[in-house]
Amino acid sequence: MGAAIFRKQLGFNKALCSASTTAIRYALRVGYDTRMESQPGVQPMKDKSIDPAKDNHSRTDSRGRRRFLAATTAAMAATVAGGLTDLWGDEGREPGSPLRPYGERSPFEKVARRNSRSGQMSGTGSSLTPLESLYGIITPSALHYERHHSGVPIIDPEKHELLLHGLVEKPLVFKMEEIKRFPSVSHIYFLECSGSGAGEYQGEPAPTPQQTAGLFSCSEWTGVPLSALLREAGVKPSAKWVLAEGGDASRNARSIPLEKAMDDVIVAYGQNGEAVRPEQGYPIRLIVPGWEGNINTKWLQRLHVLDQPSMTRDEAADYDDLLANGKSYRFSFVMEAKSIVTRPAGGQHLAGPGVYEITGLAWSGRARVATVEVSTDGGKNWRKAELQQPVLKNAAVRFRMPWNWDGNEAVIGSRCTDESGYVQPTHEQLVAARGTHARFHYNGIKWWRLQKSGELTNA
Amino acid sequence: MPRKMFRKIFLVALCFVVCGALHAQTGSDKQAGLGRPASAEEVKQRDVTTLPNGAGLPDGKGTAAQGETVYRDKCAACHGPNGEGSPQGTQLVGGVGSLASDNPVRTVGSYWPYATSVWDYIHRAMPLNQPGSLSADDTYAVTAFLLNRNKIIEASEVMDKESLPKVRMPNRDGFIPDARPDVGKGSLSTGNGKNKKSQAR
Repeated sequence: MGAAIFRKQLGFNKALCSASTTAIRYALRVGYDTRMESQPGVQPMKDKSIDPAKDNHSRTDSRGRRRFLAATTAAMAATVAGGLTDLWGDEGREPGSPLRPYGERSPFEKVARRNSRSGQMSGTGSSLTPLESLYGIITPSALHYERHHSGVPIIDPEKHELLLHGLVEKPLVFKMEEIKRFPSVSHIYFLECSGSGAGEYQGEPAPTPQQTAGLFSCSEWTGVPLSALLREAGVKPSAKWVLAEGGDASRNARSIPLEKAMDDVIVAYGQNGEAVRPEQGYPIRLIVPGWEGNINTKWLQRLHVLDQPSMTRDEAADYDDLLANGKSYRFSFVMEAKSIVTRPAGGQHLAGPGVYEITGLAWSGRARVATVEVSTDGGKNWRKAELQQPVLKNAAVRFRMPWNWDGNEAVIGSRCTDESGYVQPTHEQLVAARGTHARFHYNGIKWWRLQKSGELTNA
Repeated sequence: MPRKMFRKIFLVALCFVVCGALHAQTGSDKQAGLGRPASAEEVKQRDVTTLPNGAGLPDGKGTAAQGETVYRDKCAACHGPNGEGSPQGTQLVGGVGSLASDNPVRTVGSYWPYATSVWDYIHRAMPLNQPGSLSADDTYAVTAFLLNRNKIIEASEVMDKESLPKVRMPNRDGFIPDARPDVGKGSLSTGNGKNKKSQAR
């Protein structure tokens, strides 16, 4: 808002230079004033947009924070506006914005998650990662997809405890500080909600990569191997499953086969170099590499070693694919090989014939990605794309292929093959095998139609 | 030459000694001595796990008649007066026999394989705006109400930790092990065969 006001009032002329300095000082002063608000005799600066009198519905502390944020944003916007004219000006240049304790992206960047559906209650539902706007393989933590069953709890790590009990020699309680004392590991792993692309089974294709495959993200996760905690407690021979329970209001819980739990599962407290985000399970969550998102329990508070699965709703009666014959697959854990072209893709527009890069993401929860092929003629011809190195097991793989668009209609898509020999199937193959009532684990080839006008839509 | 060889042997031997020492320090005992013992009491307090065989179900009981009141107060706003569902809450009643049809309706009655899962989910996660607010008696009662409305138990049947696991749900045998890879060239030898079988059923 600040930027709009400044542009409107000042335009992009030479006067902007000095005016923006005033704006920065003003904004910063407002920011500082909010910090002094509680001191007697100090009057905050008056400003229409942040008048405390009009904010009487909110508490003082949140009001102060909001005003501080507004001031910071105004300062950033002012800097941006000033910078635009200053770069090549001959009347001296304005210094940029001051140092910041926690970084923010450029105010020009508006890329955001979007809700796939509104939940029944505030905080439930899911939000999708804007795959078409990202580079490389790492999803910024702030853009990691979300799926919550009962909102995002606020958990104090000082008070948080992880209970490990059941078929173990000695039941244990771990504080966060103790979990972090175990030898740690870091791995780049993808997470994909098994409901990603679910509408495609029913022939309801979503119009953009974000909307059809945005329940997919990839992060570097740091934590302690679950096997270390289990060994610490001493797993009894009769143990076969581990129930993991979250600390959200719904105590979301899933059972994991002990073999997987002892293999590569991580109790993660780090995400992309900093603490796991609250939406991602702060202070600790499970990372179950290659397996459906739902089993990667967030806000982990309890691990129950069992001789059988608990059959919680999500595993017994929800995340199961209903086949045409009325039977359902049970325990479909692995997310199979999948890929999607994210640029050029639905919802985008090409300026005209010429050179473009076809790029996208591929992954497989069963084996390392071996090849990704790209077709621009709806699957008649395929060409191998270049894979960004290193190609890591259970991580997103960035593929790229230069392309010279001749201006004719094209149908663009990608196909992933993993090292087990599994080839990403077509939509038709999946429907033939599972019917149209399945709702999860969709991994069909996704096609985008490029019109002569440059518009891209679902094929 | 011999001197060089001795040096090599010495270095290799040194390696073994050092590695052995390190192993003794960190590797031989796999336990780190972290975490405090959990008392039986705190485990009991936090453990809400239930199993299909009834293990973990607490004391308490309820009937469909009692459950009707709880359902009306706590559940009907989202799931409809008779479990028919609404935009806010899934359908809970009906749909039995519909799973293989063109319009399968997944409900507690038609889809859920275990009655204990119903109890467990209500106890964990319902009502959505206040999970954990239902007593054990209320949870048994609401479960009984849903089972009764789905024509699985009689209205007079008392649900408790003994009787609930004995309830046989209509879709108990409706699940098969994940047969994937069921498509994809890599699955030609096994997956397609499995698939044909499952389609023929």
